[in-house]
Amino acid sequence: MSKEIKVALAGNPNSGKTTAFNAITGARQHVGNYPGITVDKKEGFTKVGENRIHLIDLPGTYSLTAYTMEEIVARNVVADQRPDVVIDVLNAGALERNLYLAIQLMEMGAPIVLALNMMDEANKQGMKIDIDKLADLLNVPVVETVARTGEGIQELLTETVKCAAKNEGKKWEPLSISYGPDLDPALNKMVDLIEKNNLLTDRYPSRWTALKYLESDDEIMQLGREAHPVSAELEEVVKSVSKHLESTLATYPEAVIADYRYGYITSIIRQGVVTRLDAAADRVALSDKIDTIVTHRFLGPIIMLAVMYLIYQVTFTFSETPVGWFESFFGWLGETAEANMNDGLLKSLVISGVIDGVGGVMGFVPLIMFMFLQIAILEDSGYMARVAYMLDRVFRFFGLHGCSVMPFIVSGGIAGGCAVPGVMAARTLRSPKEKLATLITAPFMACGAKLPVFLLFVGVFFEKNQAMVMFMITMVAWACALIVSKILRNTVIKGEATPFVMELPPYRFPTLRGLFIHTWERTWQYIKKAGTVILAISILIWAAMTFPNLPEDQVAAFDAQKTVVQEQIDAATASGAPVAELEEKLLSVENEEAEATLKNSYAGSIGVALEPIMSPAGFDWRTNIALVGGFAAKEVIVSTLGTAYSLGEVDPEDASPLAERIAQDPNWTPATAIAFLLFVLLYAPCFVTVVAIKQEANSWKWAIFSVVFNTALAYTVAVAVVQIGKLL
Amino acid sequence: MSNAIPMRELKVGEKAKVVAITAIGELGRRIRDMGLVPGAELEVVGRAPLQDPVALRLTGFTLSLRNNEADYIAVERV
Repeated sequence: MSKEIKVALAGNPNSGKTTAFNAITGARQHVGNYPGITVDKKEGFTKVGENRIHLIDLPGTYSLTAYTMEEIVARNVVADQRPDVVIDVLNAGALERNLYLAIQLMEMGAPIVLALNMMDEANKQGMKIDIDKLADLLNVPVVETVARTGEGIQELLTETVKCAAKNEGKKWEPLSISYGPDLDPALNKMVDLIEKNNLLTDRYPSRWTALKYLESDDEIMQLGREAHPVSAELEEVVKSVSKHLESTLATYPEAVIADYRYGYITSIIRQGVVTRLDAAADRVALSDKIDTIVTHRFLGPIIMLAVMYLIYQVTFTFSETPVGWFESFFGWLGETAEANMNDGLLKSLVISGVIDGVGGVMGFVPLIMFMFLQIAILEDSGYMARVAYMLDRVFRFFGLHGCSVMPFIVSGGIAGGCAVPGVMAARTLRSPKEKLATLITAPFMACGAKLPVFLLFVGVFFEKNQAMVMFMITMVAWACALIVSKILRNTVIKGEATPFVMELPPYRFPTLRGLFIHTWERTWQYIKKAGTVILAISILIWAAMTFPNLPEDQVAAFDAQKTVVQEQIDAATASGAPVAELEEKLLSVENEEAEATLKNSYAGSIGVALEPIMSPAGFDWRTNIALVGGFAAKEVIVSTLGTAYSLGEVDPEDASPLAERIAQDPNWTPATAIAFLLFVLLYAPCFVTVVAIKQEANSWKWAIFSVVFNTALAYTVAVAVVQIGKLL
Repeated sequence: MSNAIPMRELKVGEKAKVVAITAIGELGRRIRDMGLVPGAELEVVGRAPLQDPVALRLTGFTLSLRNNEADYIAVERV
């Protein structure tokens, strides 16, 4: 009879847990999110004989406290989903530390199978592990594995099925270890109280709950308080034992618990489980040696700059061709619609709303894929941790984390990036406050879509110092991002820096399968978004720029003008006279109509309505519409300005007629030009980025904050520039 | 105990043994989660280009933490 066995996969970060998950499930996996948080939820299936194994990948954690989302998720899955077996993947080379999590899982009572992973490396380090003895002492099955090569995986699955069969229908048997003469009596007392009142006993073993009270675990204590008034009595016990510990040993329960857990582990290891011989090739020692160069005082930063530059180059060079394919495809789609549909609203909606909107977003896909591929290489090889290590001192000053550098660079820290993959790169940040500050400030960077705007205005107003001014813009972006982070971290995202304490995993070559899976799952999440939220917003923006239509009398007036010119053209063609001038005249009538239509639309009304607000910054209604359009995508700014100046659709790549118009417009002075440049640099991120921020911050609140706050900041800066310009 | 010094004072290449952890709350927890408990042996293997954070070699793995976090760890040289 075939059965489904539910298995949870636990383990430390860098223990090879993800590799093991991939080795077990292959491509049959599903990535989602736990509701309400940004921790990835990965599940997969595999068959062992008759049995179907449903594998749930728990987030990589060192412990099961309530300090990080990952740890809360891990323990809640074990407590609530009651897996038949928990496989704990251990890095055999750092066995003691890895067993720390295993002990905590065993204290929760779940049937457990230990996978001693990376056994090949442990052997090379000169470690001999007596796995039979370990299995015996801990009373759990232990299997040696090398997840990278797939060695031992079959055996692991067989043991898992056996373990599931053995424990089927049985009550969980939590491990109970001694926490010493001070805590044990208190624990027993608390266990009695818990069992007498059935406090949370349907979810957690009573001793485990008692331990969590001693560790002052916020989540469990909150649950306890809501469940039963006996919680107060437990807290009293904790208070008195804490006081006792402090007065006699100058310590506190949480520390004592950790010491005894490690003591328990050491007592097991010392019974001949591990023997250390001379190392043949110690990967950790080799890694440390590589680090003397890679994180060297002078060489380190140079190598890092080179790597960053390379990533940036590879992403934008290699993705150029596939991005071109996407563009041609959507261009072709647009033309097909143009040729085959009747003129009218539906056609306009399909072309300008749906195809241009979704096409614009899908055009980022190759870019995002290359970016994620390289981030996956950096992460899987261990270099990302070194980048964080080297830059932490600088970034910490601004309330950020060493890992914030990646999102900044990708967003356009080297001019020409893109904030969408940039914001998504912030996923590697595990510190919530630092991550939020990074998400909000990364869009300040000079992304590729802002560049045409900069080039246009710099070309007109700063012809002599173009390169210098462009460089200055990039520097201003960095300065703003860092300073604003510092301000945010001292105001709305206030709070202590998250501890840095971080493993520097040994360098290793990433596996192709791992790279492929990481890249694909992130890219796919992005594509799914393009089909939903982004489609809806792009239709909304299309509607704002289309409705209401021009009043009929105005349309009729334009039509009449066009008819007159058309008749002149027809007459000229018939008589063989030159028609070029007349055709130009026709075009200019059409462009005037486009300008009038735009001004009359909701977006236009917004532009006009914004004039009193925006005039201190020196912007007229044309600029305002362009900026509103820029919310859809910053590329739109130049083309919308073109329409607003009656130039028809301006190609952002070649905007020279627009440049001439701007040069002639008395409204534009060098001061307003600088104000405009800074405004474009700093104001609301484009909506694709906003959606990405929502995804990463997991809250619309912060996504909307980024729109409002960044725009307010941009406005303040622009007004300041213009007003100071007037004084000079 | 008389030889105990804050970990910040260790130079690259020096070996030491943890004597006490005085950090509480999340920091204390994270330090212990990584196996830095009294009795644990470590070696300072490097410092970041700006001298902070510091890289420590423990049994089987390398760990990094900030200087102001290392201040909560008392060690004695071995």
